[in-house]
Amino acid sequence: MGYPHKPHPRETLVLSEHFGDSDARTYDGWVKRGGYRALEQALGMEPQAVIDEVKASGLRGRGGAGFPAGVKWDFMPKQKSKRHYLCCNADESEPGTFKDREIMRWTPHALIEGCAIAAHAIRAEVVYVYIRGEFTEAIAVMQQALDEAYAKGVLGRKALGSGTSIDMYIHRGAGAYICGEETALMNSIEGKRGNPRIRPPFPAAVGVFGMPTTINNVETLGSVPHIMTRGAEWYKSLSLSSPKSTGTKLMSVCGHVARPGNFEITMGFPMKDLIYDLCGGMSPGRTLKAVIPGGSSVPVLDREEAENCVLDYEGCVAAGTMLGSGGMIVFDDTADMVYQMMRIAKFYAHESCAQCTQCREGTAWTVRILQKILSGRGEMQDLDLLLDVGEMMTGKTICVLSDSCAAPVGSAVQKFRGEFEAYIKGARQPAVALV
Amino acid sequence: MHDASTHESVFDGKRRARLDEIMKRYPTKQAALLPALWMVQEAHGWVSDQAMAEVADVLELTPAYVKGVVTFYTMYHQHPVGKYFIQVCTTTPCNICGAEGVVEAFLQHTGCGELGATSKDGRYTVVEVECLGACGFATPVLVNDDFIENVTSETVPDLLERYR
Repeated sequence: MGYPHKPHPRETLVLSEHFGDSDARTYDGWVKRGGYRALEQALGMEPQAVIDEVKASGLRGRGGAGFPAGVKWDFMPKQKSKRHYLCCNADESEPGTFKDREIMRWTPHALIEGCAIAAHAIRAEVVYVYIRGEFTEAIAVMQQALDEAYAKGVLGRKALGSGTSIDMYIHRGAGAYICGEETALMNSIEGKRGNPRIRPPFPAAVGVFGMPTTINNVETLGSVPHIMTRGAEWYKSLSLSSPKSTGTKLMSVCGHVARPGNFEITMGFPMKDLIYDLCGGMSPGRTLKAVIPGGSSVPVLDREEAENCVLDYEGCVAAGTMLGSGGMIVFDDTADMVYQMMRIAKFYAHESCAQCTQCREGTAWTVRILQKILSGRGEMQDLDLLLDVGEMMTGKTICVLSDSCAAPVGSAVQKFRGEFEAYIKGARQPAVALV
Repeated sequence: MHDASTHESVFDGKRRARLDEIMKRYPTKQAALLPALWMVQEAHGWVSDQAMAEVADVLELTPAYVKGVVTFYTMYHQHPVGKYFIQVCTTTPCNICGAEGVVEAFLQHTGCGELGATSKDGRYTVVEVECLGACGFATPVLVNDDFIENVTSETVPDLLERYR
């Protein structure tokens, strides 16, 4: 539902059905709502059968990359010679994204159940739920739910009385966006700085503690119990754009809309309807200027592109951007795109782990160029320089943090060039003082 | 505030038992580093060099290694902070909804004057942070462990009444 609002009739409530209902947080409340039946069912199946069902559902990773979840699980070694691990990525830090937080706050047992099913499928004995350090409430709710799940025998040596052993622990982050990158997250669990690792080897071969590991996003894992009980066909049938993008997606919408919040839509839903209908459109008298649809790391859409964009993986690519995490930042005509791009670049400069030169230097350089423009001292060639630096930051580093800075900035320079030129030509008052 | 020269041990008695319990979750002692640092901060309010040395000793790491990890993560304080540590999100989604005004209001009403500085009475420290992951509830603010949503520059004085 459009938490904190009432569900909108055009939403499809699967993951968000119980958002805002505190009774669903408890073990008893969860069981009353049909909880843990999916786990019981999965534990009675061969791990491969669980993988096959998730594969057939077409569920794709909801953290941003959109990689098919079942295929990822299938990469895990079939002959088990080492410990296997599952990591749940709850390091939600992508600007514009706040969906995993609501899943954990309102339906912690849904996540525990999804994690347990995935652990069974990939034959992992241990699950680490890596939650960002700032999510104090989510951590407390999840810990309470985990304690209950242990007390009720859902977890532990004989999960739900089966022969499967599943242990699950929360690992609290400590303030680092980069730890949402899968291998940085694993380093962070190991007690290291959160530096991403060079791949290959991939986590399914060498993951956390050097062991085969699968890592999935909270929303991905939260979708799994529904696929188990209602079936892959049902999940596919929800989508308007099946079979490529299936199921529902929690869209976090923020910025200049009348009703910001989380809205659960089916894949293939029009962005225009999400903004103007579900979110109530812009404030009175304001018009839509731009949307960054997938968290701040993807190219910006102008008004026309946004109003014609279809919300699924392919639709966003066709519009020249990406669905990413589904964190939509909406800008109205009052937004200063130059200033906001500087603010986005500042985010990436702050969060760069600084391993790779292109990222460490490129993000900081981007900020400096944008501040120069905002101070009124920019030159026209600075716009080419921004694009040039962005090009050097794309596809050249260990992880995609650097690319994620270049994508919104580069697209904004191209689509809102007039705003940048206005600062350069002195048609706009300087917005910052150059230090 | 704590005097760095008289370091009180963190890991004895109950806390040591809690850390031993946490260590069982991982195949290496090193993996308990982030949890151990959280326990230090909970006990002392910040992570001093002496505390880093103690953590290193308990987890069989070097103090330099521990410091390398502490300095990577922004949530570990490397110096004492005010009784109430106030983190205001100013990343783009909150920024376009007035977050910089919220920061100004906090600086003004706490008497901190500038970011990162502690007020004279030792009560407050205000910092800007990058995305707190609650963009639909702009502006989110963390006061110690309290996560507060929908803060505006107008609601700051009332909010501070709860933290005296």
